[in-house]
Amino acid sequence: MSEAHVTNILVVGIGGQGVMTAAEILAEAALAEGYDVKKTEVAGMAQRGGMVTSHVRFGERVLSPSIAPGTADILVGFEVAEALRWIHYLRPAGVAMVNTLQLAPPVVSVGLFDYPDDPVGKIRAAGVELHAFDAGEIARGLGDMRLVNTVMLGAIADHLPFPAEHLRERILERFRARKPALVPVNEQAFDAGRAAA
Amino acid sequence: MSGNEAVARAAWEAGVRVAAAYPGTPSTEILEALAGYPDLYAEWSVNEKVSLEVAIGASMMGSRALCAMKHVGLNVASDALMTLTLTGTAGGLVIAVADDVGMSSSQNEQDSRYWGRFAHVPILEPADAQEAHAMTRLAFELSETFATPVLLRLTSRICHVKGVVSTGARVAHEPAGFVKDPQRWVMVPGHARQRIPLMLAREEQLRAAAEASELNLVDDGRDRRFGFVTSGPAYLHVREAFPDAPILKLGFSCPLPIARVQAFAATVDTLVVVEESEPLLELELRAAGLALVGKELLPRSGELTPEVLERALAPLTGAEVAPPVVERTPITGGVFPRPPTLCVACPHLGVYFSLSRLKKLVITGDIGCYTLGAGHPWNALDSTVCMGASLPMALGADKGRGPADADKRMVAVLGDSTFMHMGMQGLLDITYNRGNVTVLLLDNRTVGMTGGQENPGSGRDLYGNAAPRVDFARLAVALGVPAERVHVVDPYELPTLFKLLREETRTDGPSIIITNQPCVLTDHYQRRVALKVDPDKCTGCSNCLDVGCPAISVTRRETVVKASGKEKELNFVTIETAACTGCNLCQKTCAPDAIVAAAERCQ
Repeated sequence: MSEAHVTNILVVGIGGQGVMTAAEILAEAALAEGYDVKKTEVAGMAQRGGMVTSHVRFGERVLSPSIAPGTADILVGFEVAEALRWIHYLRPAGVAMVNTLQLAPPVVSVGLFDYPDDPVGKIRAAGVELHAFDAGEIARGLGDMRLVNTVMLGAIADHLPFPAEHLRERILERFRARKPALVPVNEQAFDAGRAAA
Repeated sequence: MSGNEAVARAAWEAGVRVAAAYPGTPSTEILEALAGYPDLYAEWSVNEKVSLEVAIGASMMGSRALCAMKHVGLNVASDALMTLTLTGTAGGLVIAVADDVGMSSSQNEQDSRYWGRFAHVPILEPADAQEAHAMTRLAFELSETFATPVLLRLTSRICHVKGVVSTGARVAHEPAGFVKDPQRWVMVPGHARQRIPLMLAREEQLRAAAEASELNLVDDGRDRRFGFVTSGPAYLHVREAFPDAPILKLGFSCPLPIARVQAFAATVDTLVVVEESEPLLELELRAAGLALVGKELLPRSGELTPEVLERALAPLTGAEVAPPVVERTPITGGVFPRPPTLCVACPHLGVYFSLSRLKKLVITGDIGCYTLGAGHPWNALDSTVCMGASLPMALGADKGRGPADADKRMVAVLGDSTFMHMGMQGLLDITYNRGNVTVLLLDNRTVGMTGGQENPGSGRDLYGNAAPRVDFARLAVALGVPAERVHVVDPYELPTLFKLLREETRTDGPSIIITNQPCVLTDHYQRRVALKVDPDKCTGCSNCLDVGCPAISVTRRETVVKASGKEKELNFVTIETAACTGCNLCQKTCAPDAIVAAAERCQ
């Protein structure tokens, strides 16, 4: 079937980080390329700091909206422990694009659980093509933590089956329509993410 | 567009005049999307029963009407549904009901298809957003052809999945006008008795329609060893998992077109029935004498993804299935859980901080963000059942207590929207029956958990226009709470809130404490100057951690031995200033004044 031609991208992170927006932009970009696209997420109470996973699938024809474990081509991790949690969704030698930012939830703060030691090393040990960098630092440097979203999209732009410029244009178009003042800083964020990866 | 947006679009195209709903995941966005279309009236109703009754009224006038709800919402609306099936409809009436298969944000997992059988009404089951669009339009035709309400059964994987949808043009639908017909609309026993045979006859006509319907189609395949009967999104999962198998896809699944299934069964070696949640089709088909494979292999709950199907049916297909990938990569087992939690600066934080420090309380909770008070660090909620249950359960706990619980104090916690949905009656029951319950009404001026919808307490309607705003304090008095026991407090004023809670829970009789600060995710909320921790002053006492604000995290732990010889763990903390909105709650718990205003603010 069409399975062989479907690109699977799993975007993971924490509610409020912009995971769903990033997935939405990826889906829109794929749609503009003429693909059949499905996007779904598991994010019931996601606004409340819980984990969010968003599945983007595109190809000639997409049936099931969900990515099966072991079949994702790209994993976009907005937080390093979340990337580690979902790493088994990547296919062998798939691309893991990971923000090394660490965000500990209250259950870790109160001492019930520990944040994993060396999460980046553990992801690398899973035998994937790992790209890890601090997207949080880039976003902070540009003055707004919400830019992590655009930084991460820039980072994966060269791993997609369509030109990176198309994704970049899609993001900027979105900001031109909604918040034109934020176009330049998102341009910088995208390019910085692309360079960092 | 998403499945929800597709339903809204199709309803507008079908000429819907009235749409009503109470917000509920995963159905909420249907009404939000409908509010963006012209030439119709859409509202947030106070609960699902009310929304359905609004739709029935519109239908009675000959207008097309839509109401939308989540699965548990139909439980609330079922009182109306079970008699609506007798009166029938005039203008087309479609009930879009969204099941939370896999329970991403619900208190249970139900199969709404039971309601179709129970109420003798037809069910359409789309598989994706495109089908949701097409079937919504068809549902209105079906409703008017047979004068019946139609259930459009959605699931999370339709509502929230975005896919490519081709749309159509709006066809104006003029209301036929009200026709006075008490035999039909006034359901006294004498009238209802006459309607029952009509309802049953309608069901057989609908079955004939389902047998002939194009929504029930065979998607053929050359490998005839197994033939699948399925409906809804499960179809897509079956198609992906078994690309060469014949599939009978039931889009019009109730009343069940048994002859169609029998004919299909004759063309395959083994019939496999794949349905999410309950074995409804399976039981009816078994009763009709068909041999089949179903829930003895397939899971009874949760989502049926291609992977789940391949694994569950492996004993039948003989397929080699790799062991679950999760087990092959044990590293994932090492990651802490990340349950949802209250937001930074949430007005509920101070409430749970206070409740967690009071002893001998039984705290009944309700449905909303504040259900999260059951989690860490507060552990300050003892029950959650359904919308509005906190109040009657607290009364029942008060009346039903034995000697062992003589010193317990009953507290009911619920939000503004839940209070108006089904809580008011519970409060009336408490005052009428002289219960000893302290009610905490957390008024954050929005339906928070579903993403911040308007309600009669927010002062705005679905369209964002100004609307009358209910006065909860006066309402509580009207419902019988003595005026001197009705308190409105700022939940960030920690000492005041704590003292009031302690005082009221120690006093007999009903009382109500209403908090008055808005949800931080709404535009009612105003940020203030963010905070930071002065590391030289932090003593590691951990008091601020008990607030449970996600912006506070531990930088260093240390165990010290006190003069008494007891060990004490110290937690030195930091505040993520970029996330902090300056609610100052943590500052009030900090004895050494280590929490101070940050010089600079991140956006």
